[in-house]
Amino acid sequence: MIREDSKTLLEVRGLRATVNGIEILKGMDLTVKSGEVHAIMGPNGSGKSTFAKVLAGHPAYVVTGGTVLFEGKDLFVLAPEARARAGLFLGFQYPIEIPGVANSQFLRLAYNTVQTGRGRDELDPLEFDDFVREKMKLLEMNPDFLDRSVNEGFSGGEKKRNEILQMALLEPRVAILDETDSGLDIDALRIVAGGVNQLANKDNAVVLVTHYQRLLNYIEPDYVHVTEAGRIIKTGPKALALELESRGYDWLSEKPGAEHGAGAAA
Amino acid sequence: MMKVADNKFLADLLAGHVPADGGDALGRLRARAVERVGALTVPTTRDEDWRFTDLAPLTRISYQPVRAATALTAADIAPFVLTEAPARLVFVDGIYAPQLSTPASGAVLLSSLAAALPAQSALVENELGRMAAFENNAFTALNTAFVNDGALVLLARGATAAQPLHLLFIATQKEVAGYPRCLVVAAAGSSATVIEDYVALTPDAYLTNAVGEFVLADDARLNHVRVQRESAAGFHIGHTAVSIAHGSRYHGINIGFGARLSRHNVEVVQTAEGGECELGGLAMVDGSQLADTHTTIDHTKPHGASRQQHKCIVGGSARAVFNGRIVVRQGAQLTNSSQSSRNLLLSDRARIDTKPQLEIFADDVKCAHGATVGQLDADEVFYLKSRGLSEATARSLLTYAFGAEILRDIPVASLRQRLEQTVLARTEIA
Repeated sequence: MIREDSKTLLEVRGLRATVNGIEILKGMDLTVKSGEVHAIMGPNGSGKSTFAKVLAGHPAYVVTGGTVLFEGKDLFVLAPEARARAGLFLGFQYPIEIPGVANSQFLRLAYNTVQTGRGRDELDPLEFDDFVREKMKLLEMNPDFLDRSVNEGFSGGEKKRNEILQMALLEPRVAILDETDSGLDIDALRIVAGGVNQLANKDNAVVLVTHYQRLLNYIEPDYVHVTEAGRIIKTGPKALALELESRGYDWLSEKPGAEHGAGAAA
Repeated sequence: MMKVADNKFLADLLAGHVPADGGDALGRLRARAVERVGALTVPTTRDEDWRFTDLAPLTRISYQPVRAATALTAADIAPFVLTEAPARLVFVDGIYAPQLSTPASGAVLLSSLAAALPAQSALVENELGRMAAFENNAFTALNTAFVNDGALVLLARGATAAQPLHLLFIATQKEVAGYPRCLVVAAAGSSATVIEDYVALTPDAYLTNAVGEFVLADDARLNHVRVQRESAAGFHIGHTAVSIAHGSRYHGINIGFGARLSRHNVEVVQTAEGGECELGGLAMVDGSQLADTHTTIDHTKPHGASRQQHKCIVGGSARAVFNGRIVVRQGAQLTNSSQSSRNLLLSDRARIDTKPQLEIFADDVKCAHGATVGQLDADEVFYLKSRGLSEATARSLLTYAFGAEILRDIPVASLRQRLEQTVLARTEIA
């Protein structure tokens, strides 16, 4: 929800980044305030997933220009784990499987590490078990998932629910959800979206990176941004997503140079 | 053929040998083995099977046979006792320790070989030394030359061991050579879990030269967990020989954490149609340790199945060797075999040599194999860091997970948890 008195959580200015020496981000600008839901849309290869990974600190990406302030402080002086403890969360498009580590063990380790980083008390295994089971209800997850290895043998939908469960546990200020809707059937999408909606509040913000408008039927964005060639070329209200759904992305990029500049500045 | 004098190391080891009286079954076996030791030499890196493992650190030390048995108390062995396995045989420096052991009799027989010999001499004569061939293996010949006792497990037809059977071998003395021996014979339709466990109560150098034979009759099922956690200065040479019959299933899990230098040969032979073998292996070494595992799964008859997963975690300037040989004989049609060798290097100085060796002489078979050597996956480390875990914790957890994937198949919870703790503690140091 857009509010006058909300606090700026994330401020991205002119962000440039490369992977393997190839520039993918070519001047991203984005301002995210508390209480807001943003959707970043764009065709494949337009840089939207790279943007998510760069913010979280993936080591394969090199930041070559621009600034990012997270709650007013330079994000890039923080290691990925410090960003997580500070309240930045990335929901992975392809969550990693870790055979041999019980999901409960992983979730508790992550929770306690982040809690300690925020100067709060840890939970012992029994306390954590109660706590996590409550959170799992939010995502209609079977408690069996606690005993299984992290993401191992999980279906696409189960992995994404496990990501949102982590978001629920870590209580980030800014959650960036990278293609959280990909590979989900309609029921899983409804559950995952319902979880995100319950977690979104006036003090945090959600950035949805998505290829399709479908997710936005369930999580209503305050802003829709369109990326192309490593920049945001257009920003609009929720209706922009519907327009993209019916017209595709091409109409935005058909007109050269000046038009793009105008879109990005809007 | 080499004379004894040409191979001082083996000759010196044999010098402490009590001459075989030749009268009973064991005596005749010992006499053959003594003769064979005299004809064999200690392998060198010029031998294909020992290319990566130089035995010089082992042969530099002279070992004595144990003269006086160390008297251990229940408190001494308490750290190794498994609550799930009340039936237990304990051997100290290779010598049976009756005061620490709790044998079992009846359909599930757990006994020292010597004690069971009068009643079981025919079986022992038939089986002992049959699977673990010593013709071309100096260490197996040496073990056999010393065989006058050992651990015996006999499962009667259709018998099920309700609880795991624990064979505990404890090294306690400096520069002593111990020759543990196991014989497990599972009659038709029987089933059991056997834990073969090598531990140490001394930090010094010593030699464990162990041989185990496992004979499964039709439809027998055996879970065999072999744990090698010798002292960091110890030497361990092991030979496990298994034969599986029609419809029988052998599941072996081989864990190697200890020893300055270890070599473990595993040989599984499928002797009848439709036997099944699963082998899991984990070698975790650091410092200047060397762990060498050579396995052979020999499918001689049709419809056999084998599945093998071997993992090595190597840190410091340690080395691990894995040679996984799969043989499918002519006529062993419809064999289904898979082998995976996965290896994790934790330091720039660590080294792994892994070699799948497939010898397939039948044309209608499925044999899959794969080997990987690498460091921790950057995406996996990043995933954990993105959840707040430090670099060190992320690496430790992933290393632990890599090993735990093998450990989780161990069907004895207290042993599994202890080994998991060992892996966790080691990953935190790494």
